[in-house]
Amino acid sequence: MSRFFTKDHEWVDVDGDIGTVGISEYAQSQLGDVVFVDVPEAGKTLSKGDEAAVVESVKAASDVYSPVSGTVTEGNAALTDDSSLVNSDAEAAGWFFKLTLSDPSELDSLMDEAAYATFVEGL
Amino acid sequence: MRYLPLTQPDREAMLAVIGAATIDDLFVDVPEAARLDGPVRDLPMHASEMAVERHMSALAKKNLTAGEAPFFLGCGAYKHHVPASVDHLIQRGEFLTAYTPYQPEIAQGTLQMLFEFQTQVARLLGTDVANASMYDGSTACWEAIVMARRITKRGKAILSSGLHPHYVSVSKTMAKFTGDVLDTAAPELAADMDLDQLIAKIDDDTSCVVVQYPDILGRIADLRPLADACHAKKALLIAVVTEPVALGAITSPGEMDADIVVGEGQSLGVGLQFGGPYVGLFGCKDKYVRQMPGRLCGETVDADGRRGFVLTLSTREQHIRREKATSNICTNSGLCALAFSIHMTLLGEAGLRQLAEINHAGAVSAAERLSQIPGVELVNDSFFNEFTLKLPTEARPVVRTLADRGILAGVSLGRLYPGEDALANGLVVAVTETTTAEDVETLASALQEILA
Repeated sequence: MSRFFTKDHEWVDVDGDIGTVGISEYAQSQLGDVVFVDVPEAGKTLSKGDEAAVVESVKAASDVYSPVSGTVTEGNAALTDDSSLVNSDAEAAGWFFKLTLSDPSELDSLMDEAAYATFVEGL
Repeated sequence: MRYLPLTQPDREAMLAVIGAATIDDLFVDVPEAARLDGPVRDLPMHASEMAVERHMSALAKKNLTAGEAPFFLGCGAYKHHVPASVDHLIQRGEFLTAYTPYQPEIAQGTLQMLFEFQTQVARLLGTDVANASMYDGSTACWEAIVMARRITKRGKAILSSGLHPHYVSVSKTMAKFTGDVLDTAAPELAADMDLDQLIAKIDDDTSCVVVQYPDILGRIADLRPLADACHAKKALLIAVVTEPVALGAITSPGEMDADIVVGEGQSLGVGLQFGGPYVGLFGCKDKYVRQMPGRLCGETVDADGRRGFVLTLSTREQHIRREKATSNICTNSGLCALAFSIHMTLLGEAGLRQLAEINHAGAVSAAERLSQIPGVELVNDSFFNEFTLKLPTEARPVVRTLADRGILAGVSLGRLYPGEDALANGLVVAVTETTTAEDVETLASALQEILA
């Protein structure tokens, strides 16, 4: 399984043709206390860059874009009950949604962990 | 009023900065035909302050005001007694100059007031939560319809024929821009509300059913079967209350399982004021709070454990979400909400119930008296403080004749529903605690004489 990042601070773990998407540790630290997450429903078709989810902190609401194209298979129901998972475990239990990749070649334009770390350092 | 004069050099300096040669350059977007090409016709170029005052008061005297005539107008705006203390308190500098919480957490007094307002509204409407004031009842009704679309992801709203036609009109205007489909109809002069017809219309595309309670003809019905029918199809029930005093006497829509309850708060604390500003009420079930327009004022504790108030869920508002905001109405009618809240506080729960009883008893007496007039028929078999009479002739000219005699007899349905011949004989009569037995007798005698 490999992990990729976008410049908008989403990550996607890819296992076969299934991608799991969330926001980065850096993003959650910038947002502060997350109070609500609106995740997409299964069956929704997304193109790369589409608005897929919304994450709300106390003073801001931010869109989360899909890093790749595909069809949503599952939204993370655990976030409905406990949105603070995004703060406590952004890059694992705080995932937003899973999707079936329709064009795996899109991954080529994303950053790997090292490249993202460099990108964040430069911000 | 302050007068801030501009000198010609001031004007020229400003025009130079924005790159305009003349003042007229600023108005090039306004079509020529819509521009004023000289002094306003028949208006003198100047007059003394005293002369203007005298002229304006002469014009004002041509009005027949609510306070100087037997008054039976309702249909969404009601003449109730507002205690003088309400007006006095809202004009205190602490409220009047700081009522818009631009720096919310600093304005603790304003936030506390909004918190009290929300609590009162939620209890009155029977909902889990209520927000801190919308613009007015009609726009709150529209906000509820789009909220139902967000929740159900469906775009067809069924509006009861008993919903105020002006509320329908506002919704239609807004729906032009959102593409929502609105299923509407005019009411019938019958004792029953249209609940069965509404239930029959609900399908898998229906986002919500909107019903007014009491409705435009003053009718009241148990909304539970309608709520059940909506929920069976995963649609929402929206109830609209234009006379909140009624909820001092009758079961609230929230208690009958309505999902969203909206209303007009003018009856409490806010005068008729020629039609505005008014204050919208908006409550819903807890599970839908994230889709509710506006924001909430919440109670919390600070780092030292002291009680405090904060605005919460503001992240859905236009200053943060812009075009994705749940609502783009930029007012919270804060001062009217304050008046509402003070009036409610002065009344208390027992007082509100008593006020409601007085209203209802007055309306029952009036309905009995007026329906004794030969040819006049009472349409309703249930009502709160407003009912509909069916006259033997068109109501509109009758209302006009009575107005000429100094009696404001009610709202003719011919005026509310132009072109609906079946409604032309309908007259909606409202009675409140301000209506005396003499007022009713004056109306009854004059009406009998005109119809004879």
